[in-house]
Amino acid sequence: MAMTRKQRRLTLIAAAGAVLVVAVGLLLFAMSNRLTFFQSPSDIVALAPPPTDRIRLGGMVEEGTVVKDPDGTVRFSVTDFSATIPVVYHGLVPDLFAEGKGVVTEGHVGADGIFAADTVLARHDENYMPPEVARSMENAPSLPPAGAAPLASATP
Amino acid sequence: MFAELGHYALVLAFVLAAVQAGVGYWGATRGDGRLMSIAPSAALMQLLFIGFAFAVLVRAYVTSDFSLLNVVENSHSAKPLVFKIAGTWGNHEGSMLLWVLILALFGASVAAFGANLPQKLKTLVLSVQGLIAAAFLLFVILTSNPFTRILPAPFEGNDLNPLLQDIGLAIHPPLLYLGYVGCSIAFAFAVAALIDGRIDAAWARWVRPWTLAAWLFLTAGIAMGSYWAYYELGWGGWWFWDPVENASFMPWLAATALLHSALVMEKRDALKIWTILLAILTFSLSLLGTFLVRSGVLTSVHAFASDPTRGVFILALLVFFIGGSLALFALRAPALAPGGIFAPISREGALVLNNMLLTAACATVLVGTLYPLALEALTGRLISVGPPFFNLTFGPLMIPLLLLVPFGPLLAWKRGDVYAAGQRLVFAFGAAILAALAAAALTGARGVLAILGIGLAAWLVAGALTEPAFRAKLFQAPLGDSLRRAYGFPRSVWGTMFAHLGLGVALFGIVASTAWQTETVAAMRPGGESIQVAGRTVVLDSILPRNGPNYSETVARFAVTDAGGRQIFLEPAKRVYAVRGTPTTESDIATIGFSQLYFSVGDILMDGTTTVRIYWKPLVTLIWIGPLFMILGGLLSLSDRRLRVGAPRRTRAAVVPAE
Repeated sequence: MAMTRKQRRLTLIAAAGAVLVVAVGLLLFAMSNRLTFFQSPSDIVALAPPPTDRIRLGGMVEEGTVVKDPDGTVRFSVTDFSATIPVVYHGLVPDLFAEGKGVVTEGHVGADGIFAADTVLARHDENYMPPEVARSMENAPSLPPAGAAPLASATP
Repeated sequence: MFAELGHYALVLAFVLAAVQAGVGYWGATRGDGRLMSIAPSAALMQLLFIGFAFAVLVRAYVTSDFSLLNVVENSHSAKPLVFKIAGTWGNHEGSMLLWVLILALFGASVAAFGANLPQKLKTLVLSVQGLIAAAFLLFVILTSNPFTRILPAPFEGNDLNPLLQDIGLAIHPPLLYLGYVGCSIAFAFAVAALIDGRIDAAWARWVRPWTLAAWLFLTAGIAMGSYWAYYELGWGGWWFWDPVENASFMPWLAATALLHSALVMEKRDALKIWTILLAILTFSLSLLGTFLVRSGVLTSVHAFASDPTRGVFILALLVFFIGGSLALFALRAPALAPGGIFAPISREGALVLNNMLLTAACATVLVGTLYPLALEALTGRLISVGPPFFNLTFGPLMIPLLLLVPFGPLLAWKRGDVYAAGQRLVFAFGAAILAALAAAALTGARGVLAILGIGLAAWLVAGALTEPAFRAKLFQAPLGDSLRRAYGFPRSVWGTMFAHLGLGVALFGIVASTAWQTETVAAMRPGGESIQVAGRTVVLDSILPRNGPNYSETVARFAVTDAGGRQIFLEPAKRVYAVRGTPTTESDIATIGFSQLYFSVGDILMDGTTTVRIYWKPLVTLIWIGPLFMILGGLLSLSDRRLRVGAPRRTRAAVVPAE
């Protein structure tokens, strides 16, 4: 038990070093594996990401594409006016989810090319649209104003 | 007229704060008692003036004075009174005014209740407080004046964002700000100690109650905010790892570490420099939180750049206070008398490990919060750092901490005995195994991680009870004897027990509600088919239109019948607020034991067909009951300090010889 002063200090430094190494290691691993990248429909068409990648898909809900099944499944297409991706989602969509409005969904691109979303985020009120959406539609015909409000969201 | 007086009061408060900072510092460094005595008066007057300004703004909201731009933008005459009052801080300008009001409140408390502080330390603390107050008052006056008039005054206002029209708004921001801003006291003490060049165990005794108070408010504020998001956002999540949440969680982690390190400093006169650094970091994280939430940088780096006045101002304050205090720390800390080095296996050793893990966990949250902003600003790439990231980084750092929590209070100061502590924890270990087995049996062994989680939660709860049980010689001495011993405990023993117990209780809720929740989405018709949820029969009874003071809603009334035939009704609704025309979803929750049934509705069609989402969330309320235990523990600990350490004196020499 009788440690010298030097040993005690070394123990302390070793413990601190170990915690630091673990923390940095976890951060680096998480950064290489657990980040979700934002992509527009054009990005997905161009990059064809594998089904293992978790992706945030943002754009406009294309007019006339929303189909709500009785079991709570919602199908729609997300477009940035140069490419369109079909999306399927099971659950309740946010209050301001509507055709012709901005939307961000999170999920994976299936082998069939359909985007299986587990989260749907819509603009929060009449003045807000998620920054990613506003950005991906910079070339869109009409750009709604961007304001500041938290995201309204839905996740099953 | 009142608004101009309010504005003028703010300007006067700014002058007072500047005097408090300047004259206070001057008097303290010259050792002039008369100059020093100005600081407490200035702090009290400053509270008076800011309090007046705040009252004026509240009055403008209550009377719907639409000649004020701020009221027009965020209120409406038909809004219920409680939301008119709460609406005062439901916007940027008003919430910054609340921020400085609370800052002044803490400064005045030091002035009023700091009678036992040495005059020089007290004056320096008030001087630092005055500097912070002056800077933020300037921010309010120059960039966020809530008293700006609008001409001509409109007849009606734009109403408040419907999501904010909730009792949560009345309570959550003030609590959170009391926590955030309360951290400024520990910061002011740390900077004062650095200027003074003296730091000892008495310093830690003075700082701890203030930190404990701030920590209490932060705990309450975060828990409250989490429950608010849970019932208001309509999809049953209670923590999102959203940057706004992280902004309040980081100071909480740092303040928790600070509470524990100040304990080592108070009892063993060690870890001094680290404690000072933690005090500075805790408030720096509070300032960072204020910056993240208030500058608009989170919405988008570009939105921030397009209207940068406020953001740049807060950023400048951030750089000034964090950079300044860290520079002072770098200059002066080496001159402070270092504390002793101690044995790794001891109470203080355990507390150091606690500090390492908490700060490392805090750092991972910081990286996860700032990395997307940095990446977007530097490369333009957009990423979102969500729960998977934090589960992988924050989680693994928390698990060893939670495993070690029960050991801490059982180890002696100076030289602990892990073996003896382990022996005492045999009961807790048994309880953990039993809880895990019970969970496995009840759920049919679904989810190994969840079962281990339940075991860990039971370990924490039983471990927290172990120390007082042994101290009272429970089951070893006659019961009456044990009770007498328990009655004589210092309250801090109960404080520690309840705080650690609360952690375990919250973990029960987190694990159970995450792993074993069920979700049912269905389309139902009034009087149509029933569905089964968690052993209960659910039918849609009827669809009713209803009108509120400033909204109209369509209520879906569900009847839920349990196996014993008892029936309850839940009424989730779709609401439309008249002024903004925004639809919102109002969920309805039934609490059954510690579990909850959570109903949220989607589209309600003309024929009454309603899409409904029903969650069964087992033990979910424990998530918020746990923090209540922590708050109880904090309060007990705080009351102990007031009785026992009512007048801490500098008993030790300021310079302690190295061990």
